[in-house]
Amino acid sequence: MLNYILKRLLATIPVVLVVAVFVFSMLRLSSADPAAIIAGDNANAQQIAEIRGKLGLDQPIVTQFAVWTGRALSGNFGESFFFKKQVSELIVDRLEPTLSLALCTIVISVLIAVPLGVLAAYRSGTWLDRIVMGFSTLGFSVPVFVIGYVLMLVFAIELSWVPVQGYQRLGEGFWGWLQRILLPSAALSVIYCALIARITRSSVQEVLGEDYIRTARAKGLRNRVVLLRHALSNAAVPIVTVIGLGIALLIGGVVVTESVFSIPGLGRLTVDAVLARDYPTVQALVLLFSLVSVLINLLVDLSYTLFDPRIRY
Amino acid sequence: MNPPDAPRPALEVCGLRIALPAGSDRPFAAQDVSFTVDRREIVCLVGESGSGKSAIAHSVMGLLPAALAATGGRILLDGEDVLAASEARLRELRCTRMSMIFQEPMTALNPVFTCGDQIDEVLRTHTRLPAPARRERVLDIIRKVQLPEPERMYGSYPHQLSGGQRQRIMIAMALVLEPVLLIADEPTTALDVTTQAQILELIRELQRAHATGVLFITHDFGVVAEIADRVAVLRLGELVEFGPTRELLTAPRHEYTRMLIASVPSLTPKPRPQAAASEVMLRTEGLGKTYPRGRVAAARDVALTIHRGETLGIVGESGSGKSTVARCIAQLVRPSEGRILLEGRDVAQLSTRQMRPFRRHVQIVFQDPYRSLNPRRTVGDSIVEGPMNYRVSRADAWDRARRLMTLVRLDPAVLDRFPHEFSGGQRQRICIARALAMEPELLIADEAVSALDVSVQAQVLALLEEIRTRLNLAILFITHDLRVAAQVCDRIAVMSRGEVVETGRTADIFAAPRHPYTRALFAAAPGRDWTFGGSAAVYAPAAAPVAAGGPRDVFPDTGRSG
Repeated sequence: MLNYILKRLLATIPVVLVVAVFVFSMLRLSSADPAAIIAGDNANAQQIAEIRGKLGLDQPIVTQFAVWTGRALSGNFGESFFFKKQVSELIVDRLEPTLSLALCTIVISVLIAVPLGVLAAYRSGTWLDRIVMGFSTLGFSVPVFVIGYVLMLVFAIELSWVPVQGYQRLGEGFWGWLQRILLPSAALSVIYCALIARITRSSVQEVLGEDYIRTARAKGLRNRVVLLRHALSNAAVPIVTVIGLGIALLIGGVVVTESVFSIPGLGRLTVDAVLARDYPTVQALVLLFSLVSVLINLLVDLSYTLFDPRIRY
Repeated sequence: MNPPDAPRPALEVCGLRIALPAGSDRPFAAQDVSFTVDRREIVCLVGESGSGKSAIAHSVMGLLPAALAATGGRILLDGEDVLAASEARLRELRCTRMSMIFQEPMTALNPVFTCGDQIDEVLRTHTRLPAPARRERVLDIIRKVQLPEPERMYGSYPHQLSGGQRQRIMIAMALVLEPVLLIADEPTTALDVTTQAQILELIRELQRAHATGVLFITHDFGVVAEIADRVAVLRLGELVEFGPTRELLTAPRHEYTRMLIASVPSLTPKPRPQAAASEVMLRTEGLGKTYPRGRVAAARDVALTIHRGETLGIVGESGSGKSTVARCIAQLVRPSEGRILLEGRDVAQLSTRQMRPFRRHVQIVFQDPYRSLNPRRTVGDSIVEGPMNYRVSRADAWDRARRLMTLVRLDPAVLDRFPHEFSGGQRQRICIARALAMEPELLIADEAVSALDVSVQAQVLALLEEIRTRLNLAILFITHDLRVAAQVCDRIAVMSRGEVVETGRTADIFAAPRHPYTRALFAAAPGRDWTFGGSAAVYAPAAAPVAAGGPRDVFPDTGRSG
């Protein structure tokens, strides 16, 4: 098991390296010049060249990459062109809102989708099943910003239950935090509910046809026990896989949701950094996201051993 | 069969009717079925697939699928009508008054819970015993089903046990609360013969010790002869004959019973003409296969010879390596060592491209006719595909397909139908036609009749025999069933643990098996004291036990993980 984890961790190195090279060259290949953006509209060519020299952008790409990699390895991702702050500081600053949003989204999705999926499987073919699956299709089809604005209109503007936009740190009070994080999380969780409910349904439905479910019923167990203990525990592996995938895919949704709800998180930071051609920040963010994806996949694979005793590494 | 201390039968089924959903091939899964199971007796419910035997068993347990419903009659469990019982009452009765064990021990246990936990769940559901008492009770029943190291078994997951051990866990789960009735639905069909013999003995022992009534569902007359006190024969949902075992076997009254008994292959080999020394079709030398992940060899040092016009049987239990040998010969897997001489040329290590011209010569028919035909292609398309790959023209290939359909006794007009429109026996005929379309020199039949009902099995075996003589074909016949081997093979190779332990002419081996494993195999064959194959069975007990101590001494069913 330890060997396996070590192997998987070592395997992340080439992944992260490829991502780094890719992001680095993509940014350099784009037409916009960060120095020109920083210098502003009234700057002359000389000023721009000066700034370029200061940022090290006049060096050949390979040299730039070598310098950046060398620094990154020692934990220094450089200073942001745009925010004039250390990138690592910037990221740590923006981490909490994004983590809150992601965690709340996953919790809401799992709490809603798994029971709905199990019910739909148990009552497969009935109106309940059709309604759940109908909503699931709907959830897939409506973009997150549309849901976000609709929720905002109904709950923040019409009903005034929660503030319209913004974020409050958890440290400044749980209630304020919850009020502000609830709406964006709900908006973002719609698509994950749809995905997880669908997978839960098909996975539980498949398990319900297995011989050991018949055995469980022949033992005189209640339907609830058969469903939750015997069926769900066997259906867990695909469900957990999808939840893990969902977390990895969450990054895209976070960018949009944070923009809609004006949350100062990593998503907003990514958008701002890309628009400003803030190379050091974009590079660090993409690396962070890829590392998170790889680690979540590892965690998902490790979690299989909890659900299925036949899987051992 | 009605002991004085048990006046009330464990199970009484009167006029049971189970309706099939509209659009089925017949209106009832069971029609006016009546029989009884007394305490302390084993009643066998015998019938072919579709006879309604499982529907009857499931209706007793209240576990019929939603599409089926008992529409008439009564089912009295120790006097209580279960058809009239509420769902809650049925739950109470399950595992306390009536229990059921199933065919597939591999899939009947939940893979994510330990065996001990699954037995314990019965006690948790139906009793108020405290945890330590429950644990004692579980360990006690594990001991009673004669599993080694009860403590270890308690904590083991199903996948860590062999098939026989899992079936023992199932039996333990079913009997832990001492029900009056045990329903066993083909409980030994998926097991090896030696394991089957032990499980049958165990069920017998426990049933006697606890005065349990057993309703035993089977399609195998060997098992019936072995275990039943009384037998009920079902045909298409109707009970055609019900009586004490010996009477029913030796003097069957109903025509259908007589047909069933006649279809059971006899354990006495058919006298076969000594084949004239014909040319060697295939020879293997030192053939071995070790799969990369397994440390043990799946097959080791296998030397076989098959002549033209001859049927060589490979007999063995699961894991003996017989299918591995077949796959090596058919070039479906590459052997790790040794030579395969096909008409004198070594094909064992040819590249895929070099192999191509030889593939045609060896064709294979698989066990499960339901899964070996592509459901989305017409059977005609499946048959002509092979020849057309070898550049036979479309017209010629279809012409060949039509001739082969006639050969396997199917109407050539049905070539444009899809596999699901055929029965299992018909599908297996189609598979044979598909193999023959390649005009092979060697036909491998890998358990090709094992999934078929006895009456259909008899027909397919007769067909294979006819094809072999007519086309002067060499056949490699792989089976676990000694009865089938006795009837179709000229020579037999017995395999155990990857090695051929004995080879010889069928008649010689059946008359005087030399290797202890072969003897154990024969000793375990169910119903070996009976001769089937005639219009009635004849009781002819073997003069002396073939293997002293029975099969268990040779290969105990322990420690093997599946």
